[in-house]
Amino acid sequence: MTRRTSLAAIAATLIAAGALALAALPGAAAVAAAACTSGSLSLVHKGQLTVATDAPAYPPYFENNKPANGKGFESAVAYAIAGQLGFPSSKVKWTVEPFNDSYAPGPKSFDFDINEISITSARAQAVDFSTSYFNNPQAIVVVKGSKFQHATSLAALRTARFGVQVGTTSLSAVTAEIHPTSQPQVFNSSNDVVTALREHLVDAIVVDLATGFYLTSGEIPHGTVLGQFNAPGGDSWGLLLAKHSKLTPCVDQALAKLRSSGKLAAITKRWMQSGAGVPVLK
Amino acid sequence: MVILGVALAILLSPGWRTVREKFLSWHFFKMSLSSLPTGFWVDVRMFLIIEAIVLVLGLAIALIRTLPAPVLFPVRAVAVVFVDVMRGVPTLILLYIFGFGFLALGFSFIPGDETILGGAALACSYSAYVSEVFRAGIESVNPSQPAAALAVGLTRTQALRYVVLPQAIRAVVPPLLNDFIGLTKDVALVSILGPQEIARIAQINADYYFNYTPYVAAAVFYLVITLPLIRIVDHMRYRGLQRQNALVLM
Repeated sequence: MTRRTSLAAIAATLIAAGALALAALPGAAAVAAAACTSGSLSLVHKGQLTVATDAPAYPPYFENNKPANGKGFESAVAYAIAGQLGFPSSKVKWTVEPFNDSYAPGPKSFDFDINEISITSARAQAVDFSTSYFNNPQAIVVVKGSKFQHATSLAALRTARFGVQVGTTSLSAVTAEIHPTSQPQVFNSSNDVVTALREHLVDAIVVDLATGFYLTSGEIPHGTVLGQFNAPGGDSWGLLLAKHSKLTPCVDQALAKLRSSGKLAAITKRWMQSGAGVPVLK
Repeated sequence: MVILGVALAILLSPGWRTVREKFLSWHFFKMSLSSLPTGFWVDVRMFLIIEAIVLVLGLAIALIRTLPAPVLFPVRAVAVVFVDVMRGVPTLILLYIFGFGFLALGFSFIPGDETILGGAALACSYSAYVSEVFRAGIESVNPSQPAAALAVGLTRTQALRYVVLPQAIRAVVPPLLNDFIGLTKDVALVSILGPQEIARIAQINADYYFNYTPYVAAAVFYLVITLPLIRIVDHMRYRGLQRQNALVLM
């Protein structure tokens, strides 16, 4: 096949994909700006939006470990962004990207990664972040009957043994805000953190507040959210994209629209419990 | 020439700048030099303690398996099952079972300390391997040796102690050291149970800054321990060959 015909074939596919998107979602495609419609985007796989998250995908961000069911906060956000970019749900493909690999140099296997990733300036040296779609403070979870159950300040928790998940901002939050007397225990997954608390390997665990609500409503029935506090510099979550991705301005544009239309707030309200009732520890 | 060519190819590769920035950043390397040593100390202590246990337990299992008396069959059977299971199950899964599973049983005599539980898992796993090494060493001693020892009036225990074991252990020192090189690196697996050892601290830093240099720095720390061990193994092989006048064949 000559170069000329292959280019023509690509163009034809792109036009077809664009037409398909227009036919399926005329409203969404029409509002998206010319540069950010599904047909003109540079994507990892032609004609589809490839979205990544880690496995297992935990509630309340995903439900039943199935990102493609549209349920759970981050799944809903991803589909809303896809809609803004002109992709019908059927053109959104999910792929598993372990958090540790998400910032590896070289070509990415996803268009964007949505995995409760905190935006920091150090990380932004290596990857692109979208604007923030959620702010999540840190929560301290203990089991009922623990000697720390009635702690009312961070200082009262200094002698507790803490458990956190690796790669989260919870570790730096504990170190910087609580200054515990013993080194926090660091685990591979959220499940291991929970097991450690259940089996009293640790006195308290620190997770993001939404996860704290989820854990104490089911997985740790004897657990209670003792209080919330802020990691240094806050904790804003963004989509992760390849450094200098051409898609970054487009997802930012999509997020801005979701914000101004109130859709992002509606999704947040639908899936995330308000933290207003939880005491802020200092 | 070949090495030079490969080095040149790497340096001229289109991604070299990215690799240098993401894996070999001097800035993050220096940062690692200050944060990694505390974690490395955790590894070294675990390694030394586990290694001592493994040597004793491994030799004990090997001796049990070579016991000839028919009445001791149940003891031998337990040793065989232990070795089979501990060698057959991936170390990572053993660690989860020891670390989280045993605690869930709720016995008060099981220590609620993840370093001890993880260390016990590694000690069991490596004892199984090492017992096989010892057994191979014992079996490599020519049967005429213990026979001669018994003939000159030594008891079975004395024959084992003064004739068989000295020859067996000398033969297996290089493979033993080989297993210990493996152990120095596997202690990092205990980090899945919570302790902040060197590989975990490297991971924390890499995840925090989105830069892989801390892993490279951790690798350098490991080499400081493993390289001398590797040289000792080589030297002992050479000495062994020398002793048997086998160098001329090489």
